[in-house]
Amino acid sequence: MSSNSVASSKVSGNGVPSRRRSAGPALLGSELTVLFRRRRTWAMLVAIALIPILLAVAVRLSSETLAPGEGPPFLDRVTQNGLFVAFTAMIVAIPLFLPLTIGVVAGDTIAGEAGQGTLRYLLVAPAGRLRLLLVKYAGVAVFCLAATLTLAVAGTLIGAALFPVGPVTLLSGDVISVPESLLRSGLISLYVTVSLLGFAAIGLFISTLTDVPVGAMAATVVVSVVVQILDVLPQLSWLDPWLFSHYWLGFADLLRQPMDLGSFGDNVLLQLGYIAVFGTLAYGRFSTKDILS
Amino acid sequence: MTAATPAPDLAIESRGLTKRFGEQIAVNEIDLAVPRGAVFGFLGPNGSGKTTSIRMLLGLTQASSGQISVLGQSMPDSLHAVLPRVGALVEGPAFYPFLSGAANLRRLDTADRNAPSSTRGARVEQALARVGLTHAAGKKVAAYSLGMKQRLGIANALLQPRELLVLDEPTNGLDPQGTREVRSLVRSLAAEGTTVFVSSHLLAEVEQMCTHAAVMSGGNLVAQGTLADLRHVGQTRVRVRTPDAAAAAAVLTGLGLAPVHSDVPEQDPWVAAPLPREMSVDLTGQPESIVTALVAGGVRVRGFLIEESSLEERFVALTGEGFDVLQ
Ligand SMILES: Nc1ncnc2c1ncn2[C@@H]1O[C@H](COP(=O)(O)OP(=O)(O)OP(=O)(O)O)[C@@H](O)[C@H]1O
Ligand SMILES: [Mg+2]
Repeated sequence: MSSNSVASSKVSGNGVPSRRRSAGPALLGSELTVLFRRRRTWAMLVAIALIPILLAVAVRLSSETLAPGEGPPFLDRVTQNGLFVAFTAMIVAIPLFLPLTIGVVAGDTIAGEAGQGTLRYLLVAPAGRLRLLLVKYAGVAVFCLAATLTLAVAGTLIGAALFPVGPVTLLSGDVISVPESLLRSGLISLYVTVSLLGFAAIGLFISTLTDVPVGAMAATVVVSVVVQILDVLPQLSWLDPWLFSHYWLGFADLLRQPMDLGSFGDNVLLQLGYIAVFGTLAYGRFSTKDILS
Repeated sequence: MTAATPAPDLAIESRGLTKRFGEQIAVNEIDLAVPRGAVFGFLGPNGSGKTTSIRMLLGLTQASSGQISVLGQSMPDSLHAVLPRVGALVEGPAFYPFLSGAANLRRLDTADRNAPSSTRGARVEQALARVGLTHAAGKKVAAYSLGMKQRLGIANALLQPRELLVLDEPTNGLDPQGTREVRSLVRSLAAEGTTVFVSSHLLAEVEQMCTHAAVMSGGNLVAQGTLADLRHVGQTRVRVRTPDAAAAAAVLTGLGLAPVHSDVPEQDPWVAAPLPREMSVDLTGQPESIVTALVAGGVRVRGFLIEESSLEERFVALTGEGFDVLQ
C-alpha cells in the first residue's frame, strides 16, 4: 500500500478532464462477461444441448419405428431426416426447460447483485439505476438467444451425425433444400427468443422485489408454470391470446411454405406489451428502492 | 442578491438527516459538516447509524427527511455528477467470487460511464498496487481472505482520482500491518488533497489518523468538531499515587478540589480530582504547587500526574458504558 504518488499522478493527471460519456456499451460487455464467465451459465447451456442429444440417441437406439403423429411433433420424422431433431428438441424444451434456465438468469439479475452486495458498488460507481436495469435486461435477452441457438445447433449437429440429412418436407407438403432448412432453423431460434422476452421482463421485475436471488428465480419459474396451466384450461380460453406463453409453440408456422408470419407479428406485439408493462414496473420499483444489502 | 456569508467549504453537509425503518429511528436529525481536506472520523458503537448515514450520503437509500449536500451539490438529485468524484467502501467489501480481483475492479470500473476505458487497465493495476494486491490480482476473489477482500474494496474506491473518499470501517479484518498501511494510505491521500470520511468504532484508529471527528450514539450525532475541540470539552484531572489516600484526599479538599480515591488491594491506591477551569488559586498554571501542599500535609507522594481527559473517556461519556446495542 505504498503511496506511489509518482506513478499515480501519471494516470490521474489526464484521467479527470476526459469526461467522455461514451463507454455506454462497456457495461453491457462487462455484464456479458460476468454472465458467461459463470460456470452456472455454461452448465445450463450444456444441459440445454443435452436435450436434442438425448432425444436423438434415444430415437436412434430404439428399434421400433414411430407411427406418424406418435410422440412429440416431428419425432416420427427424425429417422428420415436428422434436421428434424432441432425442431423436436425445441418443442420439448420450450414449456419447462427453457423457462427454467431463463428464470434462473432473469431472477438473478438484480436480486443476485443485491444478495452478493455488488449492487451497492455498481450504484455508487455510479452505474445509474435505469442504465443498470437496461443492461441487465439486455443480458437476459442475450442469454435467451444463446439458449435457443444452443438447442438449434446441437440438434442440427447430432441429427446430422446420427440420421440421414436431406431436403425437408414441410408441414404444407412442400420440400425445401438443406440450406434453406438451416436458415429456417435460425429463424425459429429467433422466433423462440422473441417469444421468451416478455417472460424475461417478468423475471427482471420479480428480481427487483427481493434481495434473495433463489426466491426471485423460483418465483419466476412458478409464474411460467402457472401461466401455461392457465393456457390449457378451457374455461379460461378467452385469456389465451394475452398470455405470454401463447405463441411459445407457434414457431411451426415458420415450417410452412410460404412462411406464415402473421403469428410472428402478433407475438412481437404481445411480447412488447409485456416488456413495456413489466419494464415500467421494474423501473418504478428499482428507481426508488432502498439498497440495504 | 445579498452578500452571502462565505459558507465554509464543506465536502459533506447534512441538515436534519433522518432515516426511519418503520417505528425505529436509525438516524435522527443529524447535521454533519465535513470540511474539505479533512480526515473525518465517524465514530459510534455498533448499530449507532453510521452505515445507514453513509448509505443516504451516497444515494443508496432515501432519507426519510433532511437535506444532503456532497461536494457542494445536493444529493441524491446530483448523484450522477457527484458520485464519479467519490470513492466508497460501504459496509464491507462485496465482489463476484468467480472473477479475479483485477476482473472485479474492471467490472466495477465499467459501471462508471465517465471512466475512460483507455486507461482502465493501468488504473486497475495502479489501484491494486496501492493496496498491496499486485501478486493476488489474478486470483479468484473466492480464494481471497477477509483482509484481502477488504484491501480490494479499498482499491475499488481508488480506481480514479477522487475528491472524497467514504470508507466504512476500512480496517475491518485487516492484520496489524494492513491496518497501519491503511492509516498511512489515508494520510497520503489526505496529503494529496482528498477529503476522507472514515467510519469506525475504534477510537484509537480515529485518534491516529483523523483531524476531525463526529460521534454517533443511538442514531444521534452527539459531538462533532476537530479532534482538539473534542478533547478539550473534557476536564483536566490531577492524579496522585500514594499509600496515604485519606490524607491526600483531605489536602486536595483543602485546596478546593473534589477528590475521589480508590484503593484496589495490591495496587498503590490513588486519589484523583478534576481541575476546575477557574479556581481561586492558580492551580492549573502551577500544578506542582499541589505537590508542595501534599508534601507539606505529610502525604507520601509516589506519583503525580496531570491528565488531559482522553478521547476515550469522552467517547464513553457520550455513547454510554453499556455493552448492549442501544437499538
Ligand atoms: N434494513 C434495515 N431494516 C431495519 N433496520 C435497520 C436496517 N438496517 C439497519 N437498521 C437499523 O439501523 C440502526 C443503525 O444501523 P447501522 O447499520 O447504520 O449501524 P452502524 O453504526 O453502521 O453499526 P456497525 O458499527 O455495527 O456497522 C440499527 O439499529 C439497525 O438495526
Ligand atoms: Mg456499519
